[in-house]
Amino acid sequence: MKVVLSSKQIEQILRDLTNRIFSDTCGVVSARREPDAVSEIPGESDIAVVGIRSRGEVLAERLSSKLSKKLGREVPCGTLDITLYRDDLNSPQGEGQPQVRTTEIGFDVDGKIIILVDDVLYTGRSARAAMDALIDLGRPRAIKLAVLVDRAGRELPIQADYAGYKADVAPGKLVQVSLVESDGKDEVIVE
Amino acid sequence: MAIKRKSNQLSWQRKHLLGLRELSAEEITYILDTAEGFEEISTRSVKKAPALRGKIVVNLFFEDSTRTRNSFTLAASRLSADVIEFTEKTSSVSKGETLLDTAKNLEAMGIDIVVIRHSAAGAPKFLSRNINACVVNAGDGYCEHPTQGLLDVYTIRKLKGSLEGLRIAIVGDIAHSRVARSDMWAMTKLGAEVIFVGPPTLMPSQVEKLPVKVSYSLDEVIEKVDVINMLRIQFERLGGNPFPSVREYSHYFGLTVERMKKAKPDILVMHPGPINRGLEMESEVADGRNSVILQQVTNGLAVRMAVLFLVNQAAAQET
Repeated sequence: MKVVLSSKQIEQILRDLTNRIFSDTCGVVSARREPDAVSEIPGESDIAVVGIRSRGEVLAERLSSKLSKKLGREVPCGTLDITLYRDDLNSPQGEGQPQVRTTEIGFDVDGKIIILVDDVLYTGRSARAAMDALIDLGRPRAIKLAVLVDRAGRELPIQADYAGYKADVAPGKLVQVSLVESDGKDEVIVE
Repeated sequence: MAIKRKSNQLSWQRKHLLGLRELSAEEITYILDTAEGFEEISTRSVKKAPALRGKIVVNLFFEDSTRTRNSFTLAASRLSADVIEFTEKTSSVSKGETLLDTAKNLEAMGIDIVVIRHSAAGAPKFLSRNINACVVNAGDGYCEHPTQGLLDVYTIRKLKGSLEGLRIAIVGDIAHSRVARSDMWAMTKLGAEVIFVGPPTLMPSQVEKLPVKVSYSLDEVIEKVDVINMLRIQFERLGGNPFPSVREYSHYFGLTVERMKKAKPDILVMHPGPINRGLEMESEVADGRNSVILQQVTNGLAVRMAVLFLVNQAAAQET
């Protein structure tokens, strides 16, 4: 067990992710901006944040409130339940069988830049499911992936547009993200 | 116990839904919670999710149905399953094929879920013991109609927040009603008090053994209840003369505008459909502001999606 991110570091990462998303989507020059970011998404854009249940939901709320403050207007935030889109629904999952919960996206995704938020990017399968689920809701102008922890071990051709902490953790090991809203404290632990 | 709890993770373990009598309150709540996640599918631009992609659902109906059958068909389609519609009148059953042979033959085609309605109580249970596919009861005799019971409690929970402490009247032909039975099991397990209301001739025998109160007067009950579920008079099942005339029945047990004046202002008026307008309920009441009859139908879709999803999930855990 090793604490890789403290509450302070998580807050710093979220602030940093907010700045990068802000500069990319709002055309503000930033030192960290990737060279092609502006040409991809120019100008003031219609942006929204969508979190994947359950930790992504909490992170999405924090990101959207930071973005809202920076932009001076409300950035809509929604929650996506990806259970019905999982690719392992028909394989035995023992007691870790996922429960279907609600998708709550109270805005039109058509034409929006959606910042998709999850706690850990690992195999890429959740992100794949989330993209399919989002596209069944409409046609976003773009989907960008933001994660707190970017862990090695991708099984699909997917990568994060905004990654916080990069972790090279051996397969089978657990990366546990705890957040105040759901777990009482902010912390990331590697087994 | 078909739900196991492990570190806050619940999981459903029944591959058949045969009735609500055998379910725990926790299991019923689990289905209702799951159904909430399915409601949203019907509101979006692509009204489909891939959860049952590649699965085959058979609607095996030996009795007439409009709502239930269409609701199951739509539920299965929204989850991307393929649906086979089986109707007794146009099938080999009319040539004498037995229920089991019919089901075995359908199973040989590789079906995954059988949704069955049959006039014989216990037919779904019989089937579940003899085939490998999941079995969902869509009504068996006078025994149970579990998805109707579930959509009724789902509708009440949604509008009242909870069933705990509510008083619910189920009015009419209780004796011939599988809806009344499934409702009774679900409602009482979730903490409501159920009152069966109707003429003595339409009460089931040994009603005193059921977890309900009985009243023979709608006028005595109407002002006390939070929910009233008006059953259909099932002329096709009524033998003998259970009441002197339709007019007399309506006079004593019909939900009229006049009677509604005595009810609580926020009473929920329910009906499983199809309505005999003017008999068990006046049109003004059926279409009135307390009526949730159409919401029941809408919610039925989400509940049936949840049921199909859960039984299939449980079957996947077996392999």
